[in-house]
Amino acid sequence: MSETAVDDAPAPIPASPKVGPTPRIVTEVPSAVDRRFNAVTMGAGISVLVLLLLVGGFLLIQSSDAISQTGILRFLTRTEWRTDVQPPAIGVFGLLTGTVLVALVAVFFAVPLSVFCALAITEYSTARRRKWLIGVVDLLAAVPSLLFGLWGFLFLSDKMVPISRWLSDNLGFIPFFHTEQNASLTGSIFIAGVVVALMVLPIITSVTREVFSQTPAGEKEAALALGGTRWGMIRAVVLPYGRGGIIGGSMLGLGRALGETIAVALLLPQVPQRIGDSIHILQNGGATVSGFIANRAGADSFTVSGLMAAGLVLFIITLATNMVASVVVSKSRSGAGVDL
Amino acid sequence: MTDLDERALPMTDSGILLAERPSVGRATIIGGPPPGAATLEAKGACAWFGERLVLEGVDLIMPAGQVTALIGPSGCGKSTFLRLLNRMHELIPGAALDGEILLDGDDIYATGTRAQQVRMRIGMVFQKPNPFPAMSIRENVLAGLKLARLKCDEKDDLVEQSLIRAGLWKEVRDRLDSAGGALSGGQQQRLCIARSLAVQPNVLLMDEPCSALDPTSTRRVEETIDELRGEVTVVIVTHNMQQANRVSDSCAFFLAAENQPGVVVEQGPTRKMFENPDDPRTLDYVEGRFG
Ligand SMILES: Nc1ncnc2c1ncn2[C@@H]1O[C@H](COP(=O)(O)OP(=O)(O)OP(=O)(O)O)[C@@H](O)[C@H]1O
Ligand SMILES: [Mg+2]
Repeated sequence: MSETAVDDAPAPIPASPKVGPTPRIVTEVPSAVDRRFNAVTMGAGISVLVLLLLVGGFLLIQSSDAISQTGILRFLTRTEWRTDVQPPAIGVFGLLTGTVLVALVAVFFAVPLSVFCALAITEYSTARRRKWLIGVVDLLAAVPSLLFGLWGFLFLSDKMVPISRWLSDNLGFIPFFHTEQNASLTGSIFIAGVVVALMVLPIITSVTREVFSQTPAGEKEAALALGGTRWGMIRAVVLPYGRGGIIGGSMLGLGRALGETIAVALLLPQVPQRIGDSIHILQNGGATVSGFIANRAGADSFTVSGLMAAGLVLFIITLATNMVASVVVSKSRSGAGVDL
Repeated sequence: MTDLDERALPMTDSGILLAERPSVGRATIIGGPPPGAATLEAKGACAWFGERLVLEGVDLIMPAGQVTALIGPSGCGKSTFLRLLNRMHELIPGAALDGEILLDGDDIYATGTRAQQVRMRIGMVFQKPNPFPAMSIRENVLAGLKLARLKCDEKDDLVEQSLIRAGLWKEVRDRLDSAGGALSGGQQQRLCIARSLAVQPNVLLMDEPCSALDPTSTRRVEETIDELRGEVTVVIVTHNMQQANRVSDSCAFFLAAENQPGVVVEQGPTRKMFENPDDPRTLDYVEGRFG
């Protein structure tokens, strides 16, 4: 018994007659169909992983030139991006700042809007209106981001100026909301963030909607039976239950917003900036990693290598955000709200 | 009634419950239901799910402070009738109704009467215990106040009184801040009863409140119902004939023939319904010969 390893499958038949229980692992031999299907699904899963590794490896190799010349720490902490001086001084920090700020503005606007959208769909609609609303939100997801960018650039930008002006006049004492004299208020991180908010709204809405719709019916009825209004029931039951889904959905949205390219390439001047330096989210200025790459692609080989390095940083950040998000979402589905 | 009294004596729990009762008066809730039990009366109540009529012409009086049991085989519309009584029926898409439900003489479906007001006065305990799992025991008991936006200055008293009335105080007094979902099934159900009682309703509806419970918890819930007699009107759906016999003052027997809507076949004092009912089908049912 002692020399029989538990994970030896199939378990070897003991040589000598045994006394007492012997642990035995029962494994089913899958049928040919199952084996083939298993191979196909495993293959598909693995190919995604391989693709990810290939992209990461490609970025790493391509960026080695720029990183080795600049030094990794310098590259991560430097704000400016100048290839016209010798040696070139490039860094990703200014781009990252812009990227994160745009994404945060986007999520700030998109999350409440998405949550209300999801509530309207799950809690305040008849079956017919629910279908219709879901269709509309899905349609929003199908609009190419270029169109959002063009719309933001040609239409929304001007319309947002009075709002930016008001915010800066009334809340200018908050550092980010400060604007300089005579600065243009179009092409700002704020406006780019609002446009990106519309682009991430569908994903956040669909994740939160999914979680809200799984709220236990018994708890909802309990809240209503106690004399609660629908809104009271939502606050007492649906929102606490869906909290994990809201957080996870927001992070998925954040992941999307971080990588959003065309709209920000169109909307922002793409000049790297840094917090505490000249970041004013309400006025013209700012750059994001992806927008910057889109604008500069096709330059000399050293610049391209630098862009690859910036891309690698973005790749790692979005990957991490999405992984954390999916963990949060999957956790929230099984037994959210049951914090014991 | 005598068998009820006899039964109450040997039960130590009842004695403890009485001894536990605080000397202070009932905590006052501002804006809550008027005090005391209320009479509930159904007049020609009908219910539909979509096109399907599932309940037809139910006339039933549930006298103030008494316990009325609704019995009958599965699918005959007992739950549907119960949910008509506190306007939960209308929450189901496609559900419709006819007739009147009078609470102390006023139709709860009259135009201008809010469902929230009605549900505050007519509490409900469900078949499956449904406490709010993320809230503490204390918060669970006070949830109704919050939801119905009522004020109470003696929240601690209210929590204690409600839990005592539901027969749960002794078991949870030391852990009022632990999660409501961490209790056993029977305790959860009594927590749900405490939660309903905290709003101090005039009527309490119970839909098979003991069907998921063990015999001991069942006995505790029955005791609770017994204690509520006189203070609150109780309407209870049960499949357990002994339970109906033990706890109720009067009884209504629902029956639905195949592809026909449910109707009340017979109603009357529990003693009569169980000993010499007028309708032979009632006798068959209470003696377990069909259903
Ligand atoms: N949500 C619903 N949609 C459609 N039909 C329903 C719905 N709920 C109940 N019904 C139908 O209404 C009839 C009465 O159901 P109800 O739940 O009131 O029965 P019941 O007497 O409570 O049965 P049980 O003792 O099994 O709980 C049944 O025929 C059932 O199929
Ligand atoms: Mg039922």
